[in-house]
Amino acid sequence: MNDDREAILARVRGALAPLRERAPMPQYDTDLAVMRKLIAGRDLVELFSERIKRVNGLAFTDVAALVEYLRTGGWTRGYCDPALWPRLAPHFAQGFTVETEFDRARVDDYAFGITRAAGAIAESGTIVLNDATTSRRLGALAPWVHVAVVERATIFSDLPQAVAELGDDRNVIWCTGPSKTADVEGILIEGVHGPGAQIALIV
Amino acid sequence: MRGQPIDQFATTLPPDKRASVYQSTKATHEKRTKLLFDQFADPNRLRELAGEIKQHALENLDTYLPQVEARLRANGAQVHWASTAEAACEAVLKIMQARGASRMVKAKTMVSEEIELAHFLERHGIEALETDLGEFIVQIDHDHPSHIVRPIIHKNRREIATSFEREGLGAYNDDPATITRRARQYLRHKYLAADVGLTGANFVSAESGRLVVVTNEGNSRFCLAATKCHIALIGIEKIVPRDRDLAILLNLLARSGTAQELTVYTEFITGPKAAAQPDGPEEMHVIFVDNGRTEVLAGDCREILRCIRCGACLNVCPVYRQVSGHAYRSVYPGPVGAVLSPLLLGEKFPQKADLPKASSLCGACNEVCPVNIPIPDLLLRLRHRAKEEHVPSPGSPPMGAWALLASQPAAWRAALAGGKLLNYVPTKLIPVPALQAWAATRSLPEWRGGEFRKWMKQRRTKGRRD
Repeated sequence: MNDDREAILARVRGALAPLRERAPMPQYDTDLAVMRKLIAGRDLVELFSERIKRVNGLAFTDVAALVEYLRTGGWTRGYCDPALWPRLAPHFAQGFTVETEFDRARVDDYAFGITRAAGAIAESGTIVLNDATTSRRLGALAPWVHVAVVERATIFSDLPQAVAELGDDRNVIWCTGPSKTADVEGILIEGVHGPGAQIALIV
Repeated sequence: MRGQPIDQFATTLPPDKRASVYQSTKATHEKRTKLLFDQFADPNRLRELAGEIKQHALENLDTYLPQVEARLRANGAQVHWASTAEAACEAVLKIMQARGASRMVKAKTMVSEEIELAHFLERHGIEALETDLGEFIVQIDHDHPSHIVRPIIHKNRREIATSFEREGLGAYNDDPATITRRARQYLRHKYLAADVGLTGANFVSAESGRLVVVTNEGNSRFCLAATKCHIALIGIEKIVPRDRDLAILLNLLARSGTAQELTVYTEFITGPKAAAQPDGPEEMHVIFVDNGRTEVLAGDCREILRCIRCGACLNVCPVYRQVSGHAYRSVYPGPVGAVLSPLLLGEKFPQKADLPKASSLCGACNEVCPVNIPIPDLLLRLRHRAKEEHVPSPGSPPMGAWALLASQPAAWRAALAGGKLLNYVPTKLIPVPALQAWAATRSLPEWRGGEFRKWMKQRRTKGRRD
């Protein structure tokens, strides 16, 4: 394997040696990659709520409305990040079974999963999760409904800003709407492996 | 019928498949254009810039590759190198064996298709399950993907339903939602039972060692949430210099590929999971694969290594739309494949030297390319190479007679006059096989040879009078 390392790097050097000059790193402003017209002067919470709807997700600012949504959908059994549960529990009255441990052997038992988001991106309607903030990768992925609790102050305006703030977490994931496919005849189907409903609860 | 191999394949493609490939590629292409031009002030500049970033990265791989290796090691990942497809497969197998692992779940990666990893692992008693819905269907059918982004663009729901029934995934039901639900139920337990999750990477930042993996289905995330070991198989051309370059490329990738603003899941991975996180890989291996890329880098078509595998050139290509992906006999079909597939063959280039000729050189592939690859120029360079290497070209019209005429003005004039006969003689009677093959599906316009010369002469006389 080490031989392969040396061989590959030698071939790379050999391939590049004859170039009289190398292509320079272009100088640019990342603003070029921002939908300026869309975000100019907008309130980020409002814009994020609008944009997440465009990718078939949903945003709630009211816990009671979220609970009602879950009840109406028949999603009464789920997982919740233990750090969030004390604050949310009073809103989940009778009829809900919520666990703060996620048991992977019973993966199909959880209809919803509530986790904490590390942030959000207004421009694209994206929820940002990372290993430090999000209690369980599986809890945010396997249940049909994923609810990410997003704090207002953590909403970035655009992609370049969110990239700049990736930080040093080993794993950051942007979730933009429900898991989906169009593999079968180009027809959009949501909830392939991950959530069929991607929801932000803005607090 | 004679003709190029790609033509021969095209004649065997059922009309309904041709129609569905045509319609869906066209629809994606049109949506892409709208999305880019409505939202960005200068989308063309964005494409050019992305091309410049990747070209810079390629031409400085001697710096960036060791840099990214050092970053990954510092982040806790193990780095391996593989010169060939065989070496890459062996590297994966060794990692699996060292862990005593026998079950792998795979996200979609083009490089794993290229090195035929799943077949290799299965021969060694390892289950290597494709989890992307399209790739999963390709796998149970022992078929091949026909599009870079949409592997089963050539299949309809009835065929898929039949395959699912055969595999014991429920009674025949061709409703796409039911098909998807059944795959969801089946695959989630496979993820949870697997030892190793394998992904590719769309980009790797040399600055941070960050791998970027995008999917819509969330299958690669499931691989990295359920298993304890992550193997990332990455072509050496996937490097970008800095994190900030990712914003440019991510903005272009989904818009170009599937006409989405952003893929559903965009995952940034710098190493094994954090200690406090219960789910995810404790061990991470990155395998950098060459498999012909350094040879491409040394040649005059190195721009093709900028490719970010979005499939936009397939969707816009008038040839791809007619012949579909399998006609290219390669993992990489369409315009990008017509360049990359013969190049990756190295010495065996002649085997696919016909592909660069299967193009009208209309230039649409270049116009839509998010990294601005001059594909038509590269196709011409490869045609030239085939000529230089005396690669035989059965089915191509012989150009010798034309060259003879074109180099002798008197003979040319005579041919122009004689050509008028074509207006009266049916093409079927002209004993040139290439012409007959060409005319079998087309009709010749009226012969107007000599008109241009007449017009030029008049123009010159008129010019003198003025």
